[in-house]
Amino acid sequence: MKILVPVKRVVDYNVKVRVKADGTGIETAGVKMSMNPFDEIGVEEAVRLKEKGAATEIVAVSMGVPQCAETIRTALAMGADRGILVETDAELQPLAVAKLLKAIAEKEQPKLIILGKQAIDDDMNATGQMLAALLGWPQGTFASKITIEGDGITVTREVDGGLETVALTLPAIITTDLRLNEPRYASLPNIMKARKKPIDNLKPADLGVDPKPRLTTVKVAEPPKRKAGVKVGSVAELVEKLKTEAKVI
Amino acid sequence: MTALVLLEFDAAGIKQPSRSAVAAAEKLGEVHALVAGSGIEAAAQAAAKLPGVAKVLTADVPPLDHLLAEPAAALLVGLAPNYDHLLAATTAVGKNIMPRVAALLDVQPISDIAEVVDTDTFVRPIYAGNGMATVKSSDPKKVITVRAASFDPVATEGGSAAVEPVNVPDLPEMSRFISAELSKSERPELTAARVVISGGRGMQSGENFNLLEPIADKLGAAVGASRAAVDAGFVPNDYQVGQTGKIVAPELYIAVGISGAIQHLAGMKDSKVIVAINKDEEAPIFQVADYGLVADLFKALPELKEELERS
Repeated sequence: MKILVPVKRVVDYNVKVRVKADGTGIETAGVKMSMNPFDEIGVEEAVRLKEKGAATEIVAVSMGVPQCAETIRTALAMGADRGILVETDAELQPLAVAKLLKAIAEKEQPKLIILGKQAIDDDMNATGQMLAALLGWPQGTFASKITIEGDGITVTREVDGGLETVALTLPAIITTDLRLNEPRYASLPNIMKARKKPIDNLKPADLGVDPKPRLTTVKVAEPPKRKAGVKVGSVAELVEKLKTEAKVI
Repeated sequence: MTALVLLEFDAAGIKQPSRSAVAAAEKLGEVHALVAGSGIEAAAQAAAKLPGVAKVLTADVPPLDHLLAEPAAALLVGLAPNYDHLLAATTAVGKNIMPRVAALLDVQPISDIAEVVDTDTFVRPIYAGNGMATVKSSDPKKVITVRAASFDPVATEGGSAAVEPVNVPDLPEMSRFISAELSKSERPELTAARVVISGGRGMQSGENFNLLEPIADKLGAAVGASRAAVDAGFVPNDYQVGQTGKIVAPELYIAVGISGAIQHLAGMKDSKVIVAINKDEEAPIFQVADYGLVADLFKALPELKEELERS
């Protein structure tokens, strides 16, 4: 079974992001970039399936600027077998990404595609569901556990009140939630080995997709700031203030 | 313009996040509501009473139980020709279904809107709420999820909409519901609670979350947690408040032993009053707290319990 794992290059989880002074977006120049953390969980899950013998090949896909190749290298160092980079300077929104991934899936014929549930930059939480729709496949989103049995996959999902378990027929889409696994750190020998693994380079036009965005960003503003309040000296004072000043209890 | 809102419901009626989605839809035009599943008469009647809803559509067939994404999206796509906007709340259900609907209609979904500017233009948080992006859609139809904490929910009574069954199209059968393990709690739901008390890594263990219980009881609060507490295995993931968990905006939010990572702040900084209890006076949580108490939580929590019991 072949598994496709799309991986996105995003501003690193630990960076405190800033809105650009001209309000056109977020400052990304000179900022540390990493693989989207949810995508790391996706790569880890695919590698574990391969280690268990349930998967035979893992293909990591990334899209965007040439540096996305680095994100693919990270996936290769974790255990993916080869990469596909769809190179473009255009802004890619989830609909375009889903269309590009659909074209790749039709060529590669994977049985399973594992994506992160959301990218921590645009926070859209959409690409996996959209790819499932375009391929006509079932979707197991926000997965905290997956079990493959024959032609089916059982997915335990994180839902608002707890957990939900669904059974899907393969091929299927999985999107990862935090508790699915804890991604490994790539070892130095594996990072060296990853340099020799192949990465195909494509353009959106090679896949017959027009990636034109449907959403225009009019502006990006700072969120309303909360000002720090007061420090209280004791629990008694806290309760007193909540009663008489804030009037919330 | 007419908007269709997919409602979620339980035995108690239409869920609060869905009522917030109705409130957002009212800013776009006439509002119709969709209730799907089997045995949904009571839910349909509850939907008909929501102020602002002009018509309730019902799809009363068993394959729509549990609102699995594949059949629910097919239903919405079938109804889409009559609508300019399709909405649901940003819940596990809404997030699962709406992007699938959008892709089938060849439109880019607009996730988690916090404000309606006009019928094409919306404000939504990006980068864990560190930026608020105003986006304008060029798609002929808009598929939207609504950040419930940003819109006051419509009331549960006051409307009297007509209820109309719809023709249900052929629904795909590629997914099957097996089971649900829902956390049993007498407490209000996190996203609907007037007061939320959350614990972080400073709680040190799942057992210590019991210290929050009597205080939550006294205040009628829901209990939440930071991602750090969930990752450490103290409490289940459905407790999580933050960028990747639930977004809450209660009247009172009490953060106990939570340092205040940006990912956590993203989930609670719209709360009306924020209280932070932390022994580290440099903790970033104090920068957003209205009332900060620098104290050892193992001392402060029993005191808080006593103080509340006394009053």
